[in-house]
Amino acid sequence: MSEPVRFLLGFEEREVHDADPNMTVLQWLRTRAHQPGTKEGCAEGDCGACTVVLAEPDDDGRLRYRAVNACILFLPAVHGKQLIAVEHLREDDGTLHPAQQAMVDCHGSQCGFCTPGFVMSLFALFHNEDRPDRQRIQDVLAGNLCRCTGYRPIIDAAQRMYELGRGDRFASAETDTARRLDALRGDGTLAVSGSGRAYYAPRTVDALADLLADLPDATIVAGGTDVGLWVTKQHRRLETLVATGEVAEMKTIVEGPEVIDIGGAATHSDAMDVLGRHYPDFGELLRRFASVQIRNSGTLGGNIANASPIGDSMPVLITLDTELVLRRGREQRTLPMDQFFLDYRRTALQPGEFVERIRVPVASGDWQLRCYKLSKRFDQDISAVCAAFNLRLADGVVQDIRIGFGGMAAVPVRARQTEEVLRGQPWSDDTVAAAERALEAEFSPLTDMRASAGYRMLSARNLLRKCYLETTNSSAPTRVLEHEEALV
Amino acid sequence: MSGRDLPSFDNDSRAVHQPLPHDSAHKHVTGEAVYTDDIPEPRNLLHAYVRLSDVAHARITRMDVSASRRAPGVAAVMTAADLPASNDVGPVFAGDQVFADDTINYWGQALFAVAAESPDAAWEAASLAEVDYQELEPVLTIDQALETESMVLASRTLDRGDPDAALTAASHRLDGEFAIGGQDHFYLEGQVAMAVPQEDGDMLVYSSTQHPSEVQHLVAGVLGIADHGVVVETRRMGGGFGGKETQPAHIAAVAAVLAQRTGRPVKLRLDRDDDMVMTGKRHDFKVRYDVGFDDDGRIQGVDFMLASRCGISADLSGAVNDRAMYHADNAYYLPNVRIVSHRCYTNTVSNTAFRGFGGPQGMMAIEYVMDEIARHLGLDAHEVRRRNLYGTDDRNETPYGQVVEDNILPQLYDELDASSDYAARRRAVDAFNREGGTLRKGLAVTPVKFGISFTTTHLNQAGALVLVYTDGSIQLNHGGTEMGQGLYVKVAQIVAEEFGVDLERVRITATTTGKVPNTSATAASSGSDLNGAAAQNAARTIKARLTRFVHEHWNVPEDSVHFRDGQVLADDLTLCSFPELCKQAHLARIQLSEAGFYATPKIHVDKDTLKGRPFYYFAYGIACAEVLVDSLTGEYRVLRTDILHDCGRSLNPAVDMGQVEGGFVQGMGWLTTEELSWTDKGRLTTHAPSTYKIPAASDMPVDFRVRLLESGYNQEKAVRRSKAVGEPPLMLAMCVYHALKDAVNSVAPPRTRVRLDAPATPERVLLAMEAARRLHTGAAAAEALEEVDE
Repeated sequence: MSEPVRFLLGFEEREVHDADPNMTVLQWLRTRAHQPGTKEGCAEGDCGACTVVLAEPDDDGRLRYRAVNACILFLPAVHGKQLIAVEHLREDDGTLHPAQQAMVDCHGSQCGFCTPGFVMSLFALFHNEDRPDRQRIQDVLAGNLCRCTGYRPIIDAAQRMYELGRGDRFASAETDTARRLDALRGDGTLAVSGSGRAYYAPRTVDALADLLADLPDATIVAGGTDVGLWVTKQHRRLETLVATGEVAEMKTIVEGPEVIDIGGAATHSDAMDVLGRHYPDFGELLRRFASVQIRNSGTLGGNIANASPIGDSMPVLITLDTELVLRRGREQRTLPMDQFFLDYRRTALQPGEFVERIRVPVASGDWQLRCYKLSKRFDQDISAVCAAFNLRLADGVVQDIRIGFGGMAAVPVRARQTEEVLRGQPWSDDTVAAAERALEAEFSPLTDMRASAGYRMLSARNLLRKCYLETTNSSAPTRVLEHEEALV
Repeated sequence: MSGRDLPSFDNDSRAVHQPLPHDSAHKHVTGEAVYTDDIPEPRNLLHAYVRLSDVAHARITRMDVSASRRAPGVAAVMTAADLPASNDVGPVFAGDQVFADDTINYWGQALFAVAAESPDAAWEAASLAEVDYQELEPVLTIDQALETESMVLASRTLDRGDPDAALTAASHRLDGEFAIGGQDHFYLEGQVAMAVPQEDGDMLVYSSTQHPSEVQHLVAGVLGIADHGVVVETRRMGGGFGGKETQPAHIAAVAAVLAQRTGRPVKLRLDRDDDMVMTGKRHDFKVRYDVGFDDDGRIQGVDFMLASRCGISADLSGAVNDRAMYHADNAYYLPNVRIVSHRCYTNTVSNTAFRGFGGPQGMMAIEYVMDEIARHLGLDAHEVRRRNLYGTDDRNETPYGQVVEDNILPQLYDELDASSDYAARRRAVDAFNREGGTLRKGLAVTPVKFGISFTTTHLNQAGALVLVYTDGSIQLNHGGTEMGQGLYVKVAQIVAEEFGVDLERVRITATTTGKVPNTSATAASSGSDLNGAAAQNAARTIKARLTRFVHEHWNVPEDSVHFRDGQVLADDLTLCSFPELCKQAHLARIQLSEAGFYATPKIHVDKDTLKGRPFYYFAYGIACAEVLVDSLTGEYRVLRTDILHDCGRSLNPAVDMGQVEGGFVQGMGWLTTEELSWTDKGRLTTHAPSTYKIPAASDMPVDFRVRLLESGYNQEKAVRRSKAVGEPPLMLAMCVYHALKDAVNSVAPPRTRVRLDAPATPERVLLAMEAARRLHTGAAAAEALEEVDE
C-alpha cells in the first residue's frame, strides 16, 4: 500500500505515485517533470549546480526556505514541502526575480551551467536574510562552484538583488502556501514504495523506534547527505529506507543550564547556531563545515552515526564530553561519545538502534576550547586534520585537557597519551614540546589525496603549539581567517 | 551596476565596444538555456555507459561481455572488435582508441560501451562483463619517463646565441629544478553527446564541444562514412577551458557508433567521476634550469629542460609543448638561451589542451628563475623582473626570432606600481615579517606576455555565414563555439555595428558543421579574432552590395552612405529604414547573404627550428598579489590583488572583465589548491569536487582590484583593434604563487633559496617553510651552500 509523495512543485500541486525511493529529486525534476533548468554537476552534493529550495512551515506557520542539493536528496523527502526550482521564480508577467535580475545586471553568468544553482542559493538568501555582509555571502555561496567568473560578479549580484525590491510571489502567497502544504502533508508515518523498494518517514520517535525494531536492516536516512552518494556514486540499491527528517521530537534543540540537548534529526544548520553561541570557536569550525545546502539537509546525528574518520564535528564533540542517547525499540541507553566509535566506520550501534539525542555540556567558565580545521580549501572541503583542544588552566598549570583529532586515525579519537603528558604540567614551551613528542608516538596518520602523513603529523603538532600560543599570548594574530580583513 | 569600473573604449559605436550582457544571460538565470543534456529526448532514446579499466597497464587476456549483452534493457554492447571502421579518435596523430583493443594503457581507459533503456540499466549491464588481464609494468611519472626515455613525441630544442658560453662567463650561476602540477578543467557541465540517426545512414550529433568540425570528422571515421554524412551541432557548453577541444570526439563517437548499430538515438553523458578519470587534463611539468646572470640580476644565459607528462598519446601534446617553449621567456629578454622540451609517454590519461595550452607552464619556468635570482642576490624579485623585461628598441627579439613590436610592459609596470602602491607595501610586508609572528606576508608582481595565434599556422582561419532577411533581421552563424566566454555576443555586436542595427536584430544561431565547414577549434584565445573578422568580412560584403544599390537607387555617392540606428543615410539625410532597404534590395535581386572568411596575416613558422613569427601579436597584463600565510599550518589567504590587463580596444568590456577575473581565479586554483593525486598504481584519487578543490567564493582575494587598460589598442589590425582575452589572464595568477614563495622565504636566512612546487597547497607551503627554517641550522646551511655559486 504505497502512498503518493505529495508536494508543491512551485505553486503546482503534484502527486507522485509509486516513486522509486532511490530516485533523487534532481532525476525526477529533469526526467519526469521535464524541467531541466536544475543541473547535475557532480551528483555528490559538492558543486551546487543542482541547488533547489525547499519551503515548509515552521512552528509559527511562516515558511522556511532552505537551499538543498537535489542530486542527493531522495524524492520522498519533499513530501509536504514546496519544491522550488529555477523555472519557478519569475512572476507571472515574466518579470525576473530580483535574484535573477541581479545576476543579469552584474554579469554573473558566463557559461551559465552553475547559474541556476547560484540563483536558487541567492533566492533562499533573499528570503532568509536582509543585506548580509560579504563574509556571510561567501558562506552562503560556499556550496556553489563556478568555474568561469571567479565569483566577483556573483557576490555583486548577492548585494544588488536587495536593491531590486524585497518581495516576490512566494512571499505574497506564503499563508496560502502554508495552508496548502498542511493539507498535503497528512498524518502518521509516510510509507512510499516503488520499484520494489520502500521508504518510511515516521512522525514520532516511538514510531521510528518501532519501525527500526521491525526493520533492523533498513538504511537510516538522517539527512542523507552521505547515503545519497551510496546510490548516485556507488550504484547501490537501498531496499528499505527509514528517514528521521519528519520526527519533530528529534529535531528539537533544548538549551538547559548544563546541557545542550540536540535531537538526532536536528540539521547542522540548526545545531550550529546554538553550538556556535556556546562555543564560538566550534561555531567557526561549523561555519566551514560542508556548505549551506549540506548543512540544511545533513544532521548532527547522521554525521556521528556515519562515523567518518574525518567528520568535522566529532573531534570537537568528544573533547566536550558529549554523551549520546541511543534508542532501540523502547530501550534507551547513554554512551560517552568517545566510546561510540569502534573502528573505521564501525560504531557501537546495534541493529535497529539509532542516535536519538546528542547531549553537549554547556561551556563552563574555566575551560577554553580551541578548534582547528586544516584543508586544501577553506570552504566546503573535508579536513586533512581536524583538532580540538579543550583545556582548563590555573596558575599556568594544565589542570585538565581533552584533545580530539580527526584525520589522524581510523576514527575520530582522543589523544589520551598526549593529554597525560600535559595534565598537571606547567603550560610552557617545554611541556608543549614534550606533548608534541607524545603526539608523534601516539599517532601514525595515513597519506592520502588530502594530505601526506608527514603534513598531518607536523600540522597536528603545530596546532597544539598554536593552541598554546593562543591561550598564553592572545594579542598576536595567529589565524589567517580572523585577521585577513584587518591585515589587508 | 556592479562595483567594477569599466573603461569606455569607443563613444561612437552603438553595439560593439559596449558592455552588453551575455546573449544568454536571461536564459541562464531562468533555466531556459538548453545544454546538450537538456535537449528534449527523442523517442526511443538509449543511454550509453562506458566501462573503464581499473588498471594502468595490462594486456587484456579475456573480455567476455556476453552477460552484459543479456542484461535487461540492453540494446547493444560494443567492444573494439565490434567497431565498423576506425577505432581511433586521435586529433592530430593516431593513438586515442575508442575502445582498448588488446592492451590497456591507462587507468580509466574505455574498454567497451553499453546502450540500454536507462542509464542505470546500462551501468548494471556494463558491470556484468568479465575482463581478465595480465598486468604490465607502467611508466607513471615524468622522472620514470625521463629515465627510460619514454617519449610520445620526439624531444625538441629551441635555442639562440651561445648559452653554454654565456653560462660559463656569467658572474653568477644557479641551477635547480621544480615541478608544476596539472589541472582538471572542471567544466561544470561534464562531457556529453547525443547521436540521432538520420536518413541514408547519416548521423546528427549534438555535442558539447569546442571543435564541432573535428568531432564530425572523427565520428565519420569511426562510423565508416564520409564527413558529409555527419552533422555536429553545438549551441553552448557549460564550460570548456580546452577540455572540450579534443576530448568530446571520443564521447560523440561512442554515442554515434551505438546509434548506428541500434538505429536508435543514443546519449552518453559522463558521470563526473568518470569524466575526471577518463579525460585529459593540463600537463604537469618538471622544470630544470641553469641560469647565468650579472650582479644586477640580468640574465646572460639560461638553459631550460621542460619535461611534460603527456600520457598515452600525442593528442595535442606537440603543440602544447611548443607553446610552453615559446613562453619560457614570458616578458623577458634572454640573450642566450636553450630550451629543451621532452614530451613524456606515461601510462596515464592523455593530457590535453587547457587554457594557456603549455604557455602557463613555460612562463612559470622563467618566473621561478627570476625569483631564484633575486633570492640569491638579495634583491627584490620585482626589481629583477623589471631589469630583465624586453626592451622597446633593443633587447626585443624573442628566442624564436619574432621581434616584440608592441611592448607595453614598461607602461603596465609603471601604472601598476603606482596603483598598487607597490614600494610602500613592499616595505610594510617586510616590516610585518620582521616582527617574526606566526603569520607571514608575501608580495609579488608578475607580468604576462602571451602570444596570440595557433602556433600551427593553418589553424588560423575561420568562416562565418551572415543571412539578411527581407524584414531586415539578420541571422548569424560562424565556426566559433560558445562555452561561456561571450564569443557569440561579441561577434553579434560586430555584425550589428556593421549594419547599424540593434543587437536584438541579430539572431545568434547554434554552431553547426552544416553551415560553416572545416572550422578550427574555438581555442588559443582566437575565437573573436578569427570568427569576428570572418563575420565582419561577410557583413561588409553584404553592406557593400547594399551601398552600391543605395547609390544606384537614390543616386547618392557611395561614400556618403552609412547605416546607423536602424536607418540608411546619405550623409545626414535619412533615406529609409534598414528593413525597407533590405526589401528594396531583394526586389532588385541583390544577394543578401554571404559566407565570410578570414585568415590571420603575417604569421609563419619553420617547423624544424620553431623559428619565425608564430604570433600575430601579444596580449599583455600584469598583476600584484599580497598573501597572508600561517607559518604553523601553511594555510593562506590572498589579501589583495591588483590587475591591469590589456584587451586592446575591448569588443565588450563587461565580457572581457569577466574573462580577466575568471581567468585569474582559475589560474590561482591551478597554482594553489587544485592538486591532482595518483596512487603508485596509476589511479587518480582526486576525481570529484569532494577531493579536487577548485576555488570557492571565499577564495577570491579579499581586496580585488581589476582594471582593463583604458588605452588598449592592438597595433595589428585584429578585428576592431581588440585583443584576445581568453587565455592570457589565467597567467596573471602567477603573482599569487610567487607571493606565497615570498612569504615562505620570509622564514629563510637571507640569500638562500627554498624549493616550492606547484600547486602551493597549504601542505607544500608549510613543508617549504620547514625546509626554510632548517636552513638556519648548521647542517642545513652546508646543504644550502651547495646550491650557491659554482
